[in-house]
Amino acid sequence: MIEEKQIKKTTESLPFGEVGGASKDYTTLNLGPTHPATHGIFQNIVKMDGEIIVDAVPTIGYIHRAFEKIAERRPYYQITPLTDRMNYCSSPINNMGWHMTVEKLAGIEIPKRVQYMRVVIMELARIADHIVCNSVIGVDTGALSGFLYVFQQREHIYEIYEEICGARLTTNVGRIGGLERDFSPKCIDKIEYFLKTFPAVLKEFESLLMRNRIFMDRTISVGAITAERALNYGFTGPNLRATGVDYDVRVMNPYSGYQDFDFVVPVGTSGDTYDRFMVREQEMWESLSIIRQAMDKIKQMPEKVFHADVPEFYLPPKEEVYNNMEALIYHFKIVMGEVEVPKGEVYHSVEGGNGELGFYLVSDGGRTPYRLHFRRPCFIYYQAYTEMIKGAMLSDAILTLSSLNVIAGELDA
Amino acid sequence: MEDTLLHIIHDKLKSKFGEDIISAEQAYDFPVYTVSKKKIIEIISFLYNEEELGFRFLTTMCGIQFPENKGGEFCIMYQLHNMPKNWRIRLKVFTPSNDMEYPTLTGIFSTANWMEREAFDFYGFIFKGHPNLIRILNVEDMNYFPMRKEYPLEDGTREDKNDSMFGR
Repeated sequence: MIEEKQIKKTTESLPFGEVGGASKDYTTLNLGPTHPATHGIFQNIVKMDGEIIVDAVPTIGYIHRAFEKIAERRPYYQITPLTDRMNYCSSPINNMGWHMTVEKLAGIEIPKRVQYMRVVIMELARIADHIVCNSVIGVDTGALSGFLYVFQQREHIYEIYEEICGARLTTNVGRIGGLERDFSPKCIDKIEYFLKTFPAVLKEFESLLMRNRIFMDRTISVGAITAERALNYGFTGPNLRATGVDYDVRVMNPYSGYQDFDFVVPVGTSGDTYDRFMVREQEMWESLSIIRQAMDKIKQMPEKVFHADVPEFYLPPKEEVYNNMEALIYHFKIVMGEVEVPKGEVYHSVEGGNGELGFYLVSDGGRTPYRLHFRRPCFIYYQAYTEMIKGAMLSDAILTLSSLNVIAGELDA
Repeated sequence: MEDTLLHIIHDKLKSKFGEDIISAEQAYDFPVYTVSKKKIIEIISFLYNEEELGFRFLTTMCGIQFPENKGGEFCIMYQLHNMPKNWRIRLKVFTPSNDMEYPTLTGIFSTANWMEREAFDFYGFIFKGHPNLIRILNVEDMNYFPMRKEYPLEDGTREDKNDSMFGR
Protein backbone atom coordinates (compact mmCIF):
# COMPACT_ATOMS: atom_id res chain seq x y z
CA MET A 1 0.00 0.00 0.00
CA ILE A 2 2.85 2.30 0.81
CA GLU A 3 4.22 1.77 -2.65
CA GLU A 4 1.11 3.06 -4.28
CA LYS A 5 1.05 6.13 -2.12
CA GLN A 6 4.64 6.85 -3.05
CA ILE A 7 3.99 6.47 -6.71
CA LYS A 8 1.12 8.93 -6.48
CA LYS A 9 3.29 11.38 -4.65
CA THR A 10 5.93 11.48 -7.34
CA THR A 11 3.34 11.94 -10.07
CA GLU A 12 2.89 15.56 -9.16
CA SER A 13 6.50 16.42 -9.78
CA LEU A 14 6.95 14.37 -12.87
CA PRO A 15 10.65 14.39 -13.74
CA PHE A 16 10.23 14.35 -17.50
CA GLY A 17 7.73 13.71 -20.25
CA GLU A 18 6.43 16.47 -22.42
CA VAL A 19 2.69 15.85 -22.27
CA GLY A 20 2.34 14.37 -18.75
CA GLY A 21 -0.30 15.66 -16.44
CA ALA A 22 -3.36 14.05 -14.98
CA SER A 23 -4.74 12.79 -18.26
CA LYS A 24 -1.75 10.61 -18.99
CA ASP A 25 -2.05 6.88 -18.42
CA TYR A 26 0.74 4.99 -16.72
CA THR A 27 1.24 1.31 -16.31
CA THR A 28 2.25 -0.10 -12.96
CA LEU A 29 4.36 -3.18 -13.31
CA ASN A 30 5.41 -5.47 -10.52
CA LEU A 31 8.95 -6.62 -11.21
CA GLY A 32 9.93 -9.43 -8.89
CA PRO A 33 10.39 -10.62 -6.18
CA THR A 34 11.02 -13.87 -8.02
CA HIS A 35 11.64 -12.96 -11.58
CA PRO A 36 14.38 -14.68 -13.57
CA ALA A 37 15.68 -11.37 -14.85
CA THR A 38 16.37 -9.93 -11.42
CA HIS A 39 18.95 -12.55 -10.39
CA GLY A 40 17.83 -12.63 -6.81
CA ILE A 41 14.91 -11.72 -4.65
CA PHE A 42 14.28 -8.08 -5.37
CA GLN A 43 10.96 -6.46 -5.86
CA ASN A 44 10.56 -3.26 -7.78
CA ILE A 45 7.21 -1.76 -8.44
CA VAL A 46 7.80 0.35 -11.48
CA LYS A 47 5.58 2.98 -12.97
CA MET A 48 5.91 3.06 -16.69
CA ASP A 49 5.11 5.38 -19.50
CA GLY A 50 5.10 2.99 -22.42
CA GLU A 51 8.43 1.27 -22.11
CA ILE A 52 10.08 4.05 -20.14
CA ILE A 53 10.38 3.91 -16.38
CA VAL A 54 8.97 6.95 -14.65
CA ASP A 55 9.39 5.84 -11.09
CA ALA A 56 10.26 2.77 -9.10
CA VAL A 57 9.79 1.69 -5.52
CA PRO A 58 12.09 -1.09 -4.35
CA THR A 59 11.10 -3.43 -1.57
CA ILE A 60 13.85 -5.38 0.11
CA GLY A 61 14.11 -7.77 3.01
CA TYR A 62 12.74 -10.90 1.41
CA ILE A 63 15.62 -13.00 2.67
CA HIS A 64 16.42 -11.09 5.82
CA ARG A 65 17.81 -13.56 8.32
CA ALA A 66 18.67 -11.26 11.24
CA PHE A 67 22.40 -12.00 11.19
CA GLU A 68 23.19 -9.06 13.43
CA LYS A 69 20.84 -10.38 16.08
CA ILE A 70 22.00 -13.98 15.75
CA ALA A 71 25.61 -12.83 16.03
CA GLU A 72 24.90 -11.38 19.45
CA ARG A 73 24.31 -14.89 20.75
CA ARG A 74 27.13 -16.73 19.05
CA PRO A 75 30.77 -17.25 20.01
CA TYR A 76 33.21 -15.54 17.69
CA TYR A 77 34.18 -18.60 15.70
CA GLN A 78 30.55 -19.49 15.03
CA ILE A 79 29.90 -16.21 13.27
CA THR A 80 32.01 -17.15 10.25
CA PRO A 81 29.23 -19.28 8.70
CA LEU A 82 26.88 -16.30 8.97
CA THR A 83 29.24 -14.17 6.91
CA ASP A 84 29.30 -16.86 4.21
CA ARG A 85 25.68 -16.23 3.53
CA MET A 86 25.98 -12.53 2.87
CA ASN A 87 27.73 -12.21 -0.46
CA TYR A 88 27.59 -15.86 -1.42
CA CYS A 89 29.36 -15.23 -4.71
CA SER A 90 32.57 -14.43 -2.88
CA SER A 91 32.12 -15.86 0.60
CA PRO A 92 35.85 -16.37 1.34
CA ILE A 93 36.32 -12.59 1.36
CA ASN A 94 33.58 -12.25 3.96
CA ASN A 95 35.10 -15.03 6.07
CA MET A 96 38.55 -13.48 5.96
CA GLY A 97 37.15 -10.05 6.76
CA TRP A 98 35.52 -11.43 9.85
CA HIS A 99 38.63 -13.29 10.98
CA MET A 100 40.70 -10.17 10.52
CA THR A 101 38.22 -8.14 12.55
CA VAL A 102 38.52 -10.50 15.51
CA GLU A 103 42.29 -10.64 15.08
CA LYS A 104 42.42 -6.86 15.15
CA LEU A 105 40.33 -6.81 18.32
CA ALA A 106 42.48 -9.43 20.04
CA GLY A 107 45.75 -8.05 18.69
CA ILE A 108 46.76 -11.24 16.91
CA GLU A 109 49.73 -10.98 14.58
CA ILE A 110 49.40 -13.19 11.51
CA PRO A 111 52.52 -14.66 9.85
CA LYS A 112 53.28 -13.32 6.40
CA ARG A 113 52.84 -16.67 4.70
CA VAL A 114 49.32 -17.01 6.06
CA GLN A 115 48.51 -13.50 4.96
CA TYR A 116 49.60 -14.32 1.42
CA MET A 117 47.62 -17.55 1.44
CA ARG A 118 44.60 -15.51 2.44
CA VAL A 119 45.30 -13.09 -0.37
CA VAL A 120 45.32 -15.98 -2.84
CA ILE A 121 41.95 -17.19 -1.58
CA MET A 122 40.45 -13.72 -1.53
CA GLU A 123 41.58 -12.90 -5.05
CA LEU A 124 40.24 -16.19 -6.35
CA ALA A 125 36.95 -15.25 -4.74
CA ARG A 126 37.05 -11.85 -6.39
CA ILE A 127 37.54 -13.46 -9.77
CA ALA A 128 34.63 -15.82 -9.11
CA ASP A 129 32.46 -12.88 -8.10
CA HIS A 130 33.36 -10.81 -11.15
CA ILE A 131 32.89 -13.78 -13.46
CA VAL A 132 29.31 -14.09 -12.27
CA CYS A 133 28.60 -10.41 -12.62
CA ASN A 134 30.18 -9.88 -16.02
CA SER A 135 28.86 -13.01 -17.64
CA VAL A 136 25.38 -12.17 -16.38
CA ILE A 137 25.63 -8.75 -17.99
CA GLY A 138 26.30 -10.71 -21.16
CA VAL A 139 23.24 -12.88 -20.59
CA ASP A 140 21.04 -9.85 -20.10
CA THR A 141 22.19 -8.45 -23.41
CA GLY A 142 21.43 -11.76 -25.08
CA ALA A 143 24.86 -13.42 -25.13
CA LEU A 144 24.35 -16.70 -23.32
CA SER A 145 27.35 -18.58 -24.64
CA GLY A 146 29.94 -16.43 -22.90
CA PHE A 147 28.22 -17.06 -19.60
CA LEU A 148 28.37 -20.83 -20.01
CA TYR A 149 31.97 -20.62 -21.15
CA VAL A 150 33.37 -18.71 -18.17
CA PHE A 151 31.30 -20.60 -15.63
CA GLN A 152 33.56 -23.52 -16.39
CA GLN A 153 36.36 -21.44 -14.90
CA ARG A 154 34.29 -20.59 -11.87
CA GLU A 155 33.95 -24.31 -11.40
CA HIS A 156 37.77 -24.55 -11.29
CA ILE A 157 37.83 -21.92 -8.57
CA TYR A 158 35.24 -23.85 -6.60
CA GLU A 159 37.38 -26.95 -6.93
CA ILE A 160 40.27 -25.00 -5.45
CA TYR A 161 38.03 -23.97 -2.54
CA GLU A 162 37.15 -27.60 -2.12
CA GLU A 163 40.82 -28.52 -1.84
CA ILE A 164 41.40 -25.77 0.70
CA CYS A 165 38.40 -26.15 2.97
CA GLY A 166 36.10 -28.88 1.67
CA ALA A 167 33.20 -26.61 0.79
CA ARG A 168 32.27 -24.87 -2.42
CA LEU A 169 29.73 -22.10 -2.06
CA THR A 170 29.40 -21.28 1.62
CA THR A 171 33.02 -21.93 2.32
CA ASN A 172 33.57 -21.11 6.00
CA VAL A 173 37.24 -21.01 5.10
CA GLY A 174 39.95 -20.10 7.57
CA ARG A 175 39.95 -19.75 11.31
CA ILE A 176 40.60 -16.92 13.70
CA GLY A 177 44.39 -16.91 13.70
CA GLY A 178 45.04 -18.48 10.33
CA LEU A 179 43.77 -21.18 8.04
CA GLU A 180 42.54 -24.60 9.06
CA ARG A 181 45.11 -26.44 6.95
CA ASP A 182 48.00 -25.81 4.66
CA PHE A 183 47.62 -25.71 0.88
CA SER A 184 47.97 -29.31 -0.22
CA PRO A 185 50.20 -30.13 -3.23
CA LYS A 186 47.04 -30.95 -5.15
CA CYS A 187 45.61 -27.57 -4.27
CA ILE A 188 48.75 -25.81 -5.47
CA ASP A 189 48.57 -27.82 -8.70
CA LYS A 190 44.98 -26.70 -9.17
CA ILE A 191 45.85 -23.07 -8.58
CA GLU A 192 48.71 -23.35 -11.08
CA TYR A 193 46.39 -24.99 -13.58
CA PHE A 194 43.86 -22.23 -13.11
CA LEU A 195 46.51 -19.55 -13.54
CA LYS A 196 47.60 -21.24 -16.73
CA THR A 197 44.19 -21.76 -18.33
CA PHE A 198 42.17 -18.79 -17.15
CA PRO A 199 43.91 -15.96 -19.09
CA ALA A 200 43.08 -17.52 -22.46
CA VAL A 201 39.45 -18.00 -21.47
CA LEU A 202 39.11 -14.50 -20.11
CA LYS A 203 40.69 -13.13 -23.24
CA GLU A 204 38.23 -14.99 -25.39
CA PHE A 205 35.33 -13.85 -23.23
CA GLU A 206 36.50 -10.29 -23.65
CA SER A 207 36.78 -10.64 -27.38
CA LEU A 208 33.18 -11.87 -27.41
CA LEU A 209 31.81 -8.80 -25.69
CA MET A 210 34.20 -5.92 -25.32
CA ARG A 211 34.08 -4.54 -28.88
CA ASN A 212 30.81 -6.21 -29.79
CA ARG A 213 28.55 -3.64 -31.43
CA ILE A 214 25.35 -4.98 -29.90
CA PHE A 215 26.88 -5.22 -26.45
CA MET A 216 28.27 -1.70 -26.67
CA ASP A 217 24.97 -0.27 -27.87
CA ARG A 218 23.18 -1.93 -25.00
CA THR A 219 25.60 -0.87 -22.25
CA ILE A 220 27.29 2.42 -23.09
CA SER A 221 25.64 5.32 -21.23
CA VAL A 222 23.08 2.99 -19.70
CA GLY A 223 22.49 3.29 -15.97
CA ALA A 224 25.13 5.98 -15.55
CA ILE A 225 25.81 7.78 -12.30
CA THR A 226 28.17 10.66 -11.65
CA ALA A 227 31.03 10.42 -9.19
CA GLU A 228 29.45 13.01 -6.87
CA ARG A 229 26.15 11.18 -6.69
CA ALA A 230 27.92 7.86 -6.28
CA LEU A 231 29.95 9.15 -3.34
CA ASN A 232 26.88 10.73 -1.83
CA TYR A 233 25.11 7.39 -2.11
CA GLY A 234 28.01 5.61 -0.42
CA PHE A 235 29.12 3.62 -3.43
CA THR A 236 32.32 1.64 -3.04
CA GLY A 237 34.08 -1.02 -5.02
CA PRO A 238 33.89 -1.52 -8.79
CA ASN A 239 30.71 0.53 -9.05
CA LEU A 240 32.42 3.56 -7.56
CA ARG A 241 35.61 3.01 -9.52
CA ALA A 242 33.57 2.93 -12.73
CA THR A 243 32.66 6.56 -12.06
CA GLY A 244 36.33 7.51 -11.87
CA VAL A 245 37.06 7.50 -8.13
CA ASP A 246 40.06 5.30 -7.37
CA TYR A 247 38.97 4.20 -3.92
CA ASP A 248 40.06 0.68 -3.13
CA VAL A 249 40.31 -0.55 0.45
CA ARG A 250 43.22 -2.79 -0.52
CA VAL A 251 45.25 0.30 -1.39
CA MET A 252 43.82 2.88 0.98
CA ASN A 253 43.93 0.79 4.16
CA PRO A 254 45.94 -2.30 3.27
CA TYR A 255 45.19 -5.46 5.19
CA SER A 256 46.55 -8.97 5.02
CA GLY A 257 49.76 -7.86 3.31
CA TYR A 258 48.22 -6.20 0.25
CA GLN A 259 50.86 -3.47 0.53
CA ASP A 260 53.45 -6.02 -0.66
CA PHE A 261 51.78 -6.53 -4.01
CA ASP A 262 52.05 -4.60 -7.18
CA PHE A 263 48.71 -3.98 -8.83
CA VAL A 264 46.73 -1.31 -10.62
CA VAL A 265 43.36 0.05 -9.53
CA PRO A 266 41.36 0.33 -12.76
CA VAL A 267 38.92 3.22 -13.01
CA GLY A 268 36.24 4.14 -15.50
CA THR A 269 35.06 7.54 -16.58
CA SER A 270 31.30 7.72 -16.99
CA GLY A 271 30.00 5.24 -14.40
CA ASP A 272 27.72 3.46 -16.85
CA THR A 273 27.13 -0.24 -17.32
CA TYR A 274 29.94 -0.59 -19.84
CA ASP A 275 32.42 1.03 -17.45
CA ARG A 276 31.35 -1.23 -14.62
CA PHE A 277 31.83 -4.21 -16.90
CA MET A 278 35.28 -3.01 -17.96
CA VAL A 279 36.41 -2.22 -14.41
CA ARG A 280 35.46 -5.71 -13.29
CA GLU A 281 37.12 -7.20 -16.35
CA GLN A 282 40.35 -5.37 -15.63
CA GLU A 283 40.17 -6.25 -11.95
CA MET A 284 40.17 -9.91 -12.86
CA TRP A 285 43.49 -9.41 -14.66
CA GLU A 286 44.87 -7.60 -11.65
CA SER A 287 43.64 -10.35 -9.34
CA LEU A 288 45.38 -12.91 -11.51
CA SER A 289 48.61 -10.98 -11.24
CA ILE A 290 48.20 -10.69 -7.45
CA ILE A 291 47.66 -14.44 -7.18
CA ARG A 292 50.80 -15.07 -9.22
CA GLN A 293 52.85 -12.75 -7.04
CA ALA A 294 51.43 -14.31 -3.89
CA MET A 295 52.12 -17.86 -5.05
CA ASP A 296 55.71 -16.91 -5.84
CA LYS A 297 56.11 -15.40 -2.39
CA ILE A 298 54.53 -18.43 -0.68
CA LYS A 299 56.93 -20.77 -2.46
CA GLN A 300 59.94 -18.87 -1.16
CA MET A 301 58.77 -19.06 2.45
CA PRO A 302 59.29 -21.88 4.94
CA GLU A 303 56.57 -24.48 4.57
CA LYS A 304 53.97 -25.69 7.05
CA VAL A 305 53.18 -22.28 8.50
CA PHE A 306 49.46 -21.86 8.14
CA HIS A 307 48.35 -20.25 11.38
CA ALA A 308 49.57 -17.92 14.09
CA ASP A 309 50.62 -19.25 17.45
CA VAL A 310 47.46 -18.31 19.34
CA PRO A 311 46.27 -21.37 21.28
CA GLU A 312 43.46 -19.37 22.94
CA PHE A 313 41.80 -18.85 19.55
CA TYR A 314 43.10 -21.51 17.21
CA LEU A 315 41.77 -25.05 17.72
CA PRO A 316 44.57 -27.58 18.33
CA PRO A 317 44.86 -30.66 16.09
CA LYS A 318 42.59 -33.51 17.12
CA GLU A 319 45.40 -35.95 18.02
CA GLU A 320 46.79 -33.45 20.47
CA VAL A 321 43.40 -32.92 22.08
CA TYR A 322 43.30 -36.64 22.86
CA ASN A 323 46.90 -36.92 24.08
CA ASN A 324 47.87 -33.59 25.54
CA MET A 325 46.33 -31.93 28.58
CA GLU A 326 47.09 -28.37 27.53
CA ALA A 327 45.58 -28.87 24.09
CA LEU A 328 42.50 -30.42 25.68
CA ILE A 329 42.03 -27.39 27.91
CA TYR A 330 42.34 -24.97 25.01
CA HIS A 331 40.01 -27.07 22.91
CA PHE A 332 37.42 -27.04 25.67
CA LYS A 333 37.76 -23.32 26.22
CA ILE A 334 37.40 -22.47 22.55
CA VAL A 335 34.45 -24.78 21.96
CA MET A 336 32.62 -23.59 25.06
CA GLY A 337 33.35 -19.96 24.24
CA GLU A 338 35.35 -19.25 27.38
CA VAL A 339 38.11 -17.38 25.59
CA GLU A 340 39.17 -14.04 26.99
CA VAL A 341 38.43 -11.35 24.44
CA PRO A 342 39.43 -7.76 25.15
CA LYS A 343 36.79 -5.10 25.60
CA GLY A 344 36.57 -2.49 22.93
CA GLU A 345 35.12 -1.51 19.61
CA VAL A 346 36.78 -2.18 16.33
CA TYR A 347 35.97 -1.58 12.69
CA HIS A 348 37.68 -3.48 9.97
CA SER A 349 36.91 -3.35 6.30
CA VAL A 350 37.98 -5.43 3.35
CA GLU A 351 37.50 -4.90 -0.34
CA GLY A 352 34.69 -7.33 -1.03
CA GLY A 353 33.46 -8.30 -4.46
CA ASN A 354 31.11 -5.33 -4.44
CA GLY A 355 32.91 -2.80 -2.33
CA GLU A 356 33.91 -1.97 1.17
CA LEU A 357 32.68 -4.78 3.38
CA GLY A 358 33.00 -3.56 6.94
CA PHE A 359 32.59 -5.23 10.30
CA TYR A 360 31.86 -3.01 13.27
CA LEU A 361 32.29 -5.07 16.40
CA VAL A 362 31.62 -3.97 19.95
CA SER A 363 32.95 -6.38 22.53
CA ASP A 364 32.17 -6.25 26.24
CA GLY A 365 34.61 -9.04 27.01
CA GLY A 366 31.89 -11.69 26.90
CA ARG A 367 31.79 -14.85 24.84
CA THR A 368 29.74 -13.27 22.11
CA PRO A 369 29.90 -9.86 20.44
CA TYR A 370 27.91 -7.20 22.23
CA ARG A 371 26.97 -5.67 18.92
CA LEU A 372 28.04 -6.59 15.45
CA HIS A 373 27.15 -4.46 12.49
CA PHE A 374 27.95 -5.37 8.93
CA ARG A 375 28.59 -2.60 6.46
CA ARG A 376 27.14 -4.31 3.45
CA PRO A 377 28.03 -2.54 0.20
CA CYS A 378 25.01 -3.91 -1.68
CA PHE A 379 22.57 -2.59 0.88
CA ILE A 380 24.11 0.84 0.70
CA TYR A 381 24.33 1.30 -3.05
CA TYR A 382 21.12 -0.45 -4.04
CA GLN A 383 19.19 2.60 -2.84
CA ALA A 384 20.61 4.54 -5.78
CA TYR A 385 19.01 2.09 -8.18
CA THR A 386 15.74 4.04 -8.37
CA GLU A 387 17.56 7.17 -9.34
CA MET A 388 19.67 5.33 -11.90
CA ILE A 389 16.79 3.77 -13.78
CA LYS A 390 14.44 6.74 -13.92
CA GLY A 391 13.92 7.61 -17.53
CA ALA A 392 15.48 4.39 -18.78
CA MET A 393 13.89 1.59 -20.76
CA LEU A 394 12.71 -1.42 -18.83
CA SER A 395 15.25 -3.70 -20.48
CA ASP A 396 18.03 -1.28 -19.54
CA ALA A 397 16.87 -1.32 -15.93
CA ILE A 398 17.41 -5.08 -15.85
CA LEU A 399 20.88 -4.58 -17.26
CA THR A 400 21.67 -1.88 -14.72
CA LEU A 401 20.63 -4.17 -11.90
CA SER A 402 22.87 -6.98 -13.06
CA SER A 403 25.80 -4.64 -13.65
CA LEU A 404 25.50 -3.29 -10.11
CA ASN A 405 25.90 -6.90 -9.00
CA VAL A 406 23.41 -6.63 -6.16
CA ILE A 407 23.52 -9.88 -4.22
CA ALA A 408 20.30 -10.55 -2.33
CA GLY A 409 22.06 -12.24 0.56
CA GLU A 410 24.23 -9.23 1.21
CA LEU A 411 21.42 -6.78 0.62
CA ASP A 412 19.19 -8.28 3.26
CA ALA A 413 21.68 -9.93 5.63
CA MET B 1 50.10 9.79 13.24
CA GLU B 2 46.66 8.56 14.11
CA ASP B 3 47.04 9.91 17.57
CA THR B 4 47.62 13.34 16.14
CA LEU B 5 44.61 12.95 13.87
CA LEU B 6 42.54 12.49 16.99
CA HIS B 7 43.86 15.78 18.32
CA ILE B 8 43.69 17.76 15.09
CA ILE B 9 40.00 17.05 14.67
CA HIS B 10 39.29 17.35 18.36
CA ASP B 11 40.84 20.81 18.50
CA LYS B 12 38.82 21.96 15.52
CA LEU B 13 35.59 20.59 16.87
CA LYS B 14 36.24 21.85 20.37
CA SER B 15 36.97 25.41 19.24
CA LYS B 16 33.80 25.45 17.19
CA PHE B 17 31.36 23.53 19.36
CA GLY B 18 32.89 23.62 22.85
CA GLU B 19 30.74 21.77 25.33
CA ASP B 20 28.92 19.76 22.71
CA ILE B 21 31.99 17.60 22.15
CA ILE B 22 31.71 15.38 25.18
CA SER B 23 34.73 13.13 24.83
CA ALA B 24 37.39 11.94 22.43
CA GLU B 25 39.29 8.69 22.48
CA GLN B 26 41.25 6.43 20.21
CA ALA B 27 39.61 3.04 19.61
CA TYR B 28 42.14 0.95 17.67
CA ASP B 29 42.67 2.80 14.39
CA PHE B 30 39.68 5.11 14.77
CA PRO B 31 39.35 8.42 16.57
CA VAL B 32 35.99 8.30 18.34
CA TYR B 33 34.12 11.40 19.44
CA THR B 34 31.09 11.40 21.63
CA VAL B 35 29.00 14.41 20.79
CA SER B 36 25.73 15.80 22.02
CA LYS B 37 22.58 15.08 20.11
CA LYS B 38 21.24 18.57 19.66
CA LYS B 39 24.26 19.69 17.64
CA ILE B 40 24.81 16.55 15.59
CA ILE B 41 23.66 18.00 12.26
CA GLU B 42 25.79 21.12 12.74
CA ILE B 43 28.80 19.00 13.64
CA ILE B 44 28.45 16.69 10.66
CA SER B 45 27.88 19.55 8.23
CA PHE B 46 30.90 21.31 9.72
CA LEU B 47 32.95 18.16 9.18
CA TYR B 48 31.55 17.94 5.66
CA ASN B 49 32.08 21.54 4.61
CA GLU B 50 35.24 22.64 6.41
CA GLU B 51 38.03 22.80 3.87
CA GLU B 52 40.67 20.99 5.87
CA LEU B 53 38.34 18.32 7.20
CA GLY B 54 36.18 17.42 4.22
CA PHE B 55 34.48 14.31 5.54
CA ARG B 56 32.38 13.79 2.45
CA PHE B 57 31.66 10.09 2.70
CA LEU B 58 29.37 8.38 5.17
CA THR B 59 30.83 4.90 5.49
CA THR B 60 28.20 3.49 7.75
CA MET B 61 25.95 4.16 10.67
CA CYS B 62 24.14 1.90 13.09
CA GLY B 63 22.30 1.87 16.37
CA ILE B 64 23.56 0.30 19.57
CA GLN B 65 21.82 -0.25 22.87
CA PHE B 66 23.44 -0.10 26.29
CA PRO B 67 20.65 -0.86 28.78
CA GLU B 68 22.98 -0.37 31.78
CA ASN B 69 24.11 3.08 30.69
CA LYS B 70 21.38 5.08 32.41
CA GLY B 71 20.54 8.33 30.69
CA GLY B 72 22.16 7.14 27.45
CA GLU B 73 20.62 3.77 26.79
CA PHE B 74 20.68 4.15 23.04
CA CYS B 75 23.45 5.26 20.79
CA ILE B 76 23.94 5.89 17.11
CA MET B 77 27.36 5.46 15.61
CA TYR B 78 28.31 7.40 12.47
CA GLN B 79 31.47 6.68 10.54
CA LEU B 80 32.79 9.37 8.26
CA HIS B 81 35.58 9.14 5.76
CA ASN B 82 37.74 11.77 4.12
CA MET B 83 38.87 9.85 1.08
CA PRO B 84 41.66 12.09 -0.31
CA LYS B 85 43.44 12.21 3.05
CA ASN B 86 42.24 8.78 4.16
CA TRP B 87 40.98 10.06 7.50
CA ARG B 88 38.31 8.02 9.13
CA ILE B 89 36.45 9.00 12.27
CA ARG B 90 33.56 7.72 14.28
CA LEU B 91 30.95 9.83 16.03
CA LYS B 92 28.79 8.49 18.79
CA VAL B 93 25.60 10.12 19.91
CA PHE B 94 23.86 8.85 23.01
CA THR B 95 20.24 9.37 23.89
CA PRO B 96 18.01 8.28 26.79
CA SER B 97 15.42 5.62 26.03
CA ASN B 98 12.49 8.02 26.44
CA ASP B 99 13.75 10.30 23.68
CA MET B 100 14.42 8.35 20.51
CA GLU B 101 14.27 11.31 18.17
CA TYR B 102 17.26 12.19 16.03
CA PRO B 103 17.59 14.69 13.22
CA THR B 104 17.94 13.06 9.84
CA LEU B 105 21.16 13.06 7.84
CA THR B 106 19.43 12.56 4.51
CA GLY B 107 19.89 16.26 3.74
CA ILE B 108 23.65 15.77 3.67
CA PHE B 109 24.09 12.16 2.58
CA SER B 110 21.59 10.40 0.33
CA THR B 111 22.97 7.12 1.59
CA ALA B 112 21.68 7.86 5.09
CA ASN B 113 18.15 7.17 3.82
CA TRP B 114 18.21 3.40 4.07
CA MET B 115 20.71 3.33 6.91
CA GLU B 116 18.32 5.38 9.01
CA ARG B 117 15.42 3.19 7.99
CA GLU B 118 17.45 0.21 9.13
CA ALA B 119 18.19 1.85 12.48
CA PHE B 120 14.49 2.63 12.85
CA ASP B 121 13.57 -0.90 11.89
CA PHE B 122 15.93 -2.52 14.38
CA TYR B 123 15.86 -0.12 17.33
CA GLY B 124 13.02 2.30 16.85
CA PHE B 125 15.00 5.50 16.39
CA ILE B 126 12.83 8.26 14.98
CA PHE B 127 14.58 10.43 12.44
CA LYS B 128 12.86 13.78 12.18
CA GLY B 129 12.56 14.97 8.62
CA HIS B 130 13.27 11.62 7.03
CA PRO B 131 11.40 11.37 3.71
CA ASN B 132 10.14 7.83 4.12
CA LEU B 133 10.69 6.38 7.57
CA ILE B 134 9.19 2.90 7.28
CA ARG B 135 10.52 -0.54 8.07
CA ILE B 136 13.00 -1.82 5.57
CA LEU B 137 14.08 -5.37 6.33
CA ASN B 138 11.39 -6.63 8.66
CA VAL B 139 7.73 -7.08 7.89
CA GLU B 140 5.65 -3.96 8.03
CA ASP B 141 3.20 -5.16 10.68
CA MET B 142 5.90 -6.05 13.19
CA ASN B 143 5.09 -4.25 16.41
CA TYR B 144 8.43 -4.30 18.20
CA PHE B 145 12.06 -3.46 17.50
CA PRO B 146 13.88 -6.76 17.32
CA MET B 147 17.50 -5.70 17.88
CA ARG B 148 16.76 -4.32 21.32
CA LYS B 149 18.40 -6.30 24.07
CA GLU B 150 15.14 -7.11 25.84
CA TYR B 151 14.09 -9.37 22.99
CA PRO B 152 15.80 -12.73 23.26
CA LEU B 153 16.99 -14.44 20.13
CA GLU B 154 14.95 -17.51 20.86
CA ASP B 155 11.48 -17.98 22.20
CA GLY B 156 11.73 -17.04 25.87
CA THR B 157 9.39 -19.81 26.99
CA ARG B 158 11.68 -22.64 25.93
CA GLU B 159 12.79 -24.87 28.79
CA ASP B 160 14.83 -27.52 27.00
CA LYS B 161 17.89 -25.32 26.79
CA ASN B 162 19.72 -24.50 30.00
CA ASP B 163 22.40 -21.93 29.44
CA SER B 164 23.11 -21.12 33.08
CA MET B 165 26.48 -22.87 33.12
CA PHE B 166 28.16 -21.17 30.22
CA GLY B 167 25.81 -18.30 29.51
CA ARG B 168 26.80 -14.72 29.30
